[in-house]
Amino acid sequence: MARITAGIATSHVPAIGAALDNGKSGEDYWKPIFDGYDHVKEWITKEKPDVCIVVYNDHASAFSLDMIPTFAIGCGDEFGIADEGWGQRPIPNVKGHPELAWHIAQSAVQDEFDITIINKMDVDHGLTVPLSLMFGQPEEWPCPIIPVCVNVVVYPVPTGHRCYMLGKAICKAVKSFDRDLKVVILGTGGMSHQLQGKRAGLINTKFDTRFLDNLTKDPTALTKIPHLEYLRESGSEGIEMVMWLIMRGALDDEIDETYRFYHVPASNCAVGHIILENRR
Amino acid sequence: MGDSENYDDIPGTYVFDFKRARRGYHLNMFCMSLMKPDNRASFKADQRVYLDKWPMTEEQKKAILDRDWNRMLELGGNIYFTGKLAATDGLSFQQIAAMMSGVTQPIYAKMMLDGGRAIEGNRSKSEWEDNG
Repeated sequence: MARITAGIATSHVPAIGAALDNGKSGEDYWKPIFDGYDHVKEWITKEKPDVCIVVYNDHASAFSLDMIPTFAIGCGDEFGIADEGWGQRPIPNVKGHPELAWHIAQSAVQDEFDITIINKMDVDHGLTVPLSLMFGQPEEWPCPIIPVCVNVVVYPVPTGHRCYMLGKAICKAVKSFDRDLKVVILGTGGMSHQLQGKRAGLINTKFDTRFLDNLTKDPTALTKIPHLEYLRESGSEGIEMVMWLIMRGALDDEIDETYRFYHVPASNCAVGHIILENRR
Repeated sequence: MGDSENYDDIPGTYVFDFKRARRGYHLNMFCMSLMKPDNRASFKADQRVYLDKWPMTEEQKKAILDRDWNRMLELGGNIYFTGKLAATDGLSFQQIAAMMSGVTQPIYAKMMLDGGRAIEGNRSKSEWEDNG
């Protein structure tokens, strides 16, 4: 039987990808950030997941304003790298895990989560920056990746509670997959940041710290944060943190926080990263 | 009071709701077209001619030609779409964030290094002198 062993959350700031791609990761500005991810690189080498599910939001790359799925899952064999206006990142394509992805879609829809099925799309920095932070710069990514996309760009976006419940549905789906696979799930985006308007640059470390604390202490409290509170308190793009709740919902109730990293700034953002492990 | 009226109380912020998504459809789809290198080249060759292919309003086209990043958002643009226009110009998200917040890039970068824009005093339009 397949099982989820751990969850990882991380910001997915595009400038971090650009810094790595342009050989700037050792510079004074970037080094503390990359140092914060040394641990997860070592951890994931030991954990050796067979598959990673990466929850992220597309940033107007695969989805324009023509079609806006609230939740979508990548069921294809392979996903290309998006050109977001400055050319493709020089990284390998992302290989999927169609059997498990289709199984999750089947199980989630039976569970009344009507998730959109994607066979072909390019993935953007929301998915690729976390891969780079976990795996560095390999020739090929070390395991298949299942992209799960969440609309947090065009309102209405899903509630934190709905995201948390989708996480539970994904956990149930994985558990009922008839192959012995070790799965790690990532929730990406955040933490507090605002990219737009006169209030750009907003950071709320208190909000972020409470959010990180409550992932283990009181996830239910996090599921009750309304959109307005994310927008007001964590900046307009802080809403991405609802995606962390899909990761959290996919884990057991009792978990251990085994690593945490928080840093301001990376470009316009507060960088947050945490590893949560199921007890085994 | 519905959520969307409450969104309007957040200063210096354009929440991308249905009103903005409808108004900015063509503006945003124009930005999206800049994901293709050939389109970026044609746009750079003659911006006005390229813009005229999209059924945008004249004020939307003007905001684009002026690179008035806040005005684009006011007229229905979304930051992830307008970010593609910025990328076409060789500008980073931090560079346009500085422009939108009305300061130079070095001043903005220093604010971020000092911990970012504080939440205190920036929650509600009532806290801003010009009402956001």
